[in-house]
Amino acid sequence: MSMAPPVAPGTEPAAQRRRVVTARFAPVDVAFRTAVRGSGVTLLVILGFIGLFLALRGFSALNTAGYHFFGTESWDPEQHDFGIAAVLPGTIAIALTALAVGVPVAVLAALYISEYAAPGMRRALISLVDLMAAIPSILYGLWGVTFLQPRLIGVSRWLSDHASFIPFFRVDTDHADPGSYTSSHFIAGIVVAMMVIPICCSLSREVFSQAPQAEREAAYALGSTRWGMIRTVVLPFGRGGVIGAAMLSLGRALGETIAVVLIISPDFRATLHILEGGGNSISALIALRYADSSDFGLSALMAAGLVLFALTLVINFFAAMIINRSRSGASTEA
Amino acid sequence: MTIADQRTDPSAAEAPPTTRGRFRPGGAVREDRYALVGAAAASLALVWILFTRLLPFTGALGFAVCWYGAFLVLYTLVVTHEHGRLAALDRLVSVLVHSAGVLTVTVIAAILGFTVLRGAQAFAHSNFFTQTMSDTGALDPLTSGGVLHAVVGSLIQLGIGVAIAVPLGIATALFLVEVGGRLTRPVRLIVDTMSALPSVLAGLFVLAAFILTFGFQKSGLAAALAIAIMMVPIVTRASEVVLRLVPGGLREAAYALGAGQWQVVWRVVLPTARSGLATGVVLAMARGVGETAPVLLTAGFARGMNADPFSGNMTNLPLYIYTYVKFPQPDMVSRAFGAALVLALVVLVLFTVARLLGGAAPGQMTRRARRRLAKADRAAAQAPVPAPSGDLPLAPDKETSA
Repeated sequence: MSMAPPVAPGTEPAAQRRRVVTARFAPVDVAFRTAVRGSGVTLLVILGFIGLFLALRGFSALNTAGYHFFGTESWDPEQHDFGIAAVLPGTIAIALTALAVGVPVAVLAALYISEYAAPGMRRALISLVDLMAAIPSILYGLWGVTFLQPRLIGVSRWLSDHASFIPFFRVDTDHADPGSYTSSHFIAGIVVAMMVIPICCSLSREVFSQAPQAEREAAYALGSTRWGMIRTVVLPFGRGGVIGAAMLSLGRALGETIAVVLIISPDFRATLHILEGGGNSISALIALRYADSSDFGLSALMAAGLVLFALTLVINFFAAMIINRSRSGASTEA
Repeated sequence: MTIADQRTDPSAAEAPPTTRGRFRPGGAVREDRYALVGAAAASLALVWILFTRLLPFTGALGFAVCWYGAFLVLYTLVVTHEHGRLAALDRLVSVLVHSAGVLTVTVIAAILGFTVLRGAQAFAHSNFFTQTMSDTGALDPLTSGGVLHAVVGSLIQLGIGVAIAVPLGIATALFLVEVGGRLTRPVRLIVDTMSALPSVLAGLFVLAAFILTFGFQKSGLAAALAIAIMMVPIVTRASEVVLRLVPGGLREAAYALGAGQWQVVWRVVLPTARSGLATGVVLAMARGVGETAPVLLTAGFARGMNADPFSGNMTNLPLYIYTYVKFPQPDMVSRAFGAALVLALVVLVLFTVARLLGGAAPGQMTRRARRRLAKADRAAAQAPVPAPSGDLPLAPDKETSA
């Protein structure tokens, strides 16, 4: 599809004047285009409806609570005493713990797959990471609560004993009692980190493997070590993709429900001491309270869901923008 | 820049490269292995002494973490001493990267292995696969009750979900790749945001709209709708990627032969991308069958069989697991793990199917297709009147080389 060379209007001979080509679609093509465009619009409408219905249903609760909705640390809709001041920090604490653990491991694993592994190993690992992404979250939750949690308590305790100068790691409850470390934001965050690894890893690997071969070889030719090559070629090339992947993982971690529900024991204190037992997140709150709620209680849950929706929407929006900018989207010509 | 640093390369001047054997620049030499093994052994010994003599707390995980930390420090020291800082940094990163790979594999193996280990107990009883929980109480042993109704529920809900999500998802992908227009950017953005929509919100939406506003009951259909919402973006994204890989030349060839857009899509683009599309659909199924949160809010829990998606509560596998794992009775928890093993097997089977389908790039032919083509060629060659164009390399090669 090359452009005709520019010719001053009026000077070209009549035979070479550009023909005006009008493409008219046959009826079946028009029907196809309409149907296909319609399905695209359907998705727009569905996402719009999700926000709209949550807003409609949550309106009465939001209207009653007003701005107290963002400042109340309890959840008792019957007494009109409810708010997300405890669950929102909990959600964020779990997500950030997950990111702090998951993203470094995922990026390193992605580097391993794209830069270090032998070709056969690489294919196997790519499949394995994809499989990890396909494992249902309830399996992560079961594993986390029965296998990982008893083993993590020792780590929690060590952190609270020796690293409590960092405020997040302080534990104000009884230090000696292992029970004061179970069901914490930290443990939930670690399990969510395991779920975040495959997402972040496969996206990062994709951008790493697109780093131009010529520049890699140029770095080696200048005498670079493998890490030097990665630091000067692969990482700068993949930075946008990794940031996008981390944000996408953040969105996923904020919304993770079942694994968190299985691990956390719900309470309503706004605390940043992530090692302390007990905690909550918005999605866990919804999953735990949907059954025993009255109409007004459901409305309050919808309002909480709306906050989560807005939060993940903004984060995913930016993540998608960053990733799309770092990804070339031309169709391959053969 | 470190790569051109003079100090870092003293060995090049001193030691001329030996010409014995094949020189592999990336490979490890004997000294490297000694350093690795030595550091590992030394750190093990050090941490062993610390743990048994000095530190108060015990635990396998803490021991492993300390060992690993000590190993990193010792290994870096050894390599710094031998080869200087630059090489040490390179080795350190190499070790970190390798261990991240190992950790990832370990996590997958641990999750699947643990599920198998705990689920085996329920799998030992054949009634687990043939009975429902309608006549089984919490105190009954594992010889009664099973997972049949949950499997049936999962299959029905997944079927409805696929019936909704696959046409919608592939059509949207076709829109993004083949039609386009002003809506392309917003639709792609919507697909990206939807693919990361928290699953509990899909359930909450169906609860708010379908059940509370339109007055339907909790049912398999409601759960299937929620599952479909989660599956559409997966199908779309996977399909978009493979449709984009269909060579533009194939499309143009079809257009040049006078085909309309619909014919091009139906007869060229979709068949070329078939295996990739199937992979996307199957992967979406694997995701859909494991969704728990949306089903929790919309399906309702039932102990018995319900094969009618339009009325009544309909349990599926994740809901079964979620409900029974919270029982205090060990047999109930065993049932939950048994169901988790069933779910894991379903996901594994779907995943393997997806891999087998998706081995080929768009347009690349399977061995069977190539054999069929070769057979047709032979048949044409043996025919009494050979077709003049039969020997032209262009026609069969076109597709294989794409």
